Amino acid sequence: MELAIFYLFASIAIVAALGMVVLRNAVHSALSLAVVFVALAALYVLLNAPFIAAAQVMIYAGAILILFVFVIMLLSPRVDQGAGALKWQRPLAALCGLVFAVELAIVAASALLPTERGPFTPERLAEIGDVQAVGALLFTDFLLPFEITSLLLLVAMVGVIVLAKKR
Amino acid sequence: MSLSVPDLNLRIIAPVLIVAISALVVLLGELVTSSAQKRGLGYASLVGLLAAGGAAMGLWDAHAVAFREMVRADNFGVFLTLTILAGAVLCILLSFDFTRAHRIETGEYYALILFSVTGMLLMVTAADLIIIFLALELLSLPLYILAAFKREDERSLEAGLKYFLLGAFSSAFFLYGIALVYGATGTTNLARIAASAPSEMLLIGAGLLLVGFAFKVALVPFHWWTPDVYEGAPTTITAFMSVAVKAAAFGAFLRAFLVALPALAMDWRVVLAIIAVLTMTLGNVAALLQANIKRMLAYSSIAHAGYILIALVAMGGAGVSAALFYLLAYTLTNLGAFGAVIALGEGERERLNVSDYGGLARMQPLLAAMLTVFMLSLAGFPPFAGFVGKFLIFGAAVQNGWAWLAVVGVLNSLVSVYFYLRPVVAMYMSEPVEGWGAPRVAPLVALALVLALIGVIALGVFPAPAIALAAGGLGR
Repeated sequence: MELAIFYLFASIAIVAALGMVVLRNAVHSALSLAVVFVALAALYVLLNAPFIAAAQVMIYAGAILILFVFVIMLLSPRVDQGAGALKWQRPLAALCGLVFAVELAIVAASALLPTERGPFTPERLAEIGDVQAVGALLFTDFLLPFEITSLLLLVAMVGVIVLAKKR
Repeated sequence: MSLSVPDLNLRIIAPVLIVAISALVVLLGELVTSSAQKRGLGYASLVGLLAAGGAAMGLWDAHAVAFREMVRADNFGVFLTLTILAGAVLCILLSFDFTRAHRIETGEYYALILFSVTGMLLMVTAADLIIIFLALELLSLPLYILAAFKREDERSLEAGLKYFLLGAFSSAFFLYGIALVYGATGTTNLARIAASAPSEMLLIGAGLLLVGFAFKVALVPFHWWTPDVYEGAPTTITAFMSVAVKAAAFGAFLRAFLVALPALAMDWRVVLAIIAVLTMTLGNVAALLQANIKRMLAYSSIAHAGYILIALVAMGGAGVSAALFYLLAYTLTNLGAFGAVIALGEGERERLNVSDYGGLARMQPLLAAMLTVFMLSLAGFPPFAGFVGKFLIFGAAVQNGWAWLAVVGVLNSLVSVYFYLRPVVAMYMSEPVEGWGAPRVAPLVALALVLALIGVIALGVFPAPAIALAAGGLGR
């Protein structure tokens, strides 16, 4: 049952991701991307990570995608823009992509993934709570990365203001 | 549930903290200073950088880890920290009059440089792929903005946009690499990755990490952005990018591959050797064809990344210390060369074409002599720092059985002599060009040039102390 649901959402994600790249209309691409995000959120739920799933829907499918659509509306790019400039790169890109896909397939087939599981089993998560587990990790093991991220966001903000403000 | 707070050993990250705090102080200082007082923010940045340098020296021989082994203080990191700080100090000295002449003198300019330095220092002390990734972003993001800082200049905007888009793309590769490495080993800690069994997935992860690093240090075929970005960005920022980013990214590159992935060395050494040959050759040959001095130095920086890569291929203590020495020598030399270009500017005009350098030896004999020294050092002439750097790198390669790679490197150095000497020949042999007055060099720019010159000559004549400091400091 779990496997069936996994394959369902995984194939939805792959089809939508392809659609995002292939579709000519930017708005259609953005909507396909939304489908990818939601399908990924479903996969996170299957992995016993409901908090990550909720964050995925809120942040990616919600905030970031809205931003994309806004930008698309404001700039209203012409359909099929700039495709001609990439003529000779296309076969090369396809080849590189194919090689990479084959490599990944070999890795997946060899299935040498570590079987050891982390400390957060479903039972343990049920006991301490999912959000609590993420929060505790952020303030203990990942304290330094967490603080660096705050600096990173500050720099991004300063940068946007510097580049966009009137002079 | 109880929380166990990690070991908050702030001393280990003291240089990072000091630079981050001075960045915040400068950012706030922007609010309370009038446009005539912006110079003070530059001085404040210098104080912060020098204080961080003092704190870094206190970490020599500390050999400690902190924050659940996310950062590590070893002599390798301290050496690169000091190299990056030296580069940043020289860049800020060059910036005072440049930013005024180009009307980009704001607090944010200095604050963004300091934020970028924060990321660089974190990158060379990181012992975990997550920190390396975040540091990479923290050092890049301010540079994207600084590259586009001259907003009325279309080239500058193009440089910023190009750097940002391609940089974001390469970060995605890097992140995917981290994900695969984590999938293969169950950890992002460099030492623990080394302890786990190698697998195909780890190999693909390592390949993607390589793409991320190769983009940042501009290795062929991930170098396409370099000439355009280096040409478009304000010259002080180009100078800073060309040296400090290389020092930081190569620091993490060496650490990641030598500490975490020695088990795969058989595989990546061959790949890196091929990339090194391509990078050196393409960089030097393309530099031959450039008339614009910023583009020429951009291609030259690609070529130098190729030389440093030889040290990584050579591995071992000799390779690591050669890479560290080379990064220090390259930092001082390249900043000196860019500093001379900046010193020769007139208001907003810069001498960008090689022909603009005609007859300078008569008008500015001292400056011309300095630029000559920097160019000779870049080309690898004794008795300057660049020669000792190349000598160490090629020596390490021969020692570890990569003699053919050293031969390719030497041949490339010969090619490079031609384009490095072109501005020198113009200065001494050509007639002065019309429309340029005699350049007036600002005192702080002169100070930066003299400091770089002393460094280049001292490292070339008495290299032993620096070589000793660079040796054997990589903690595992």
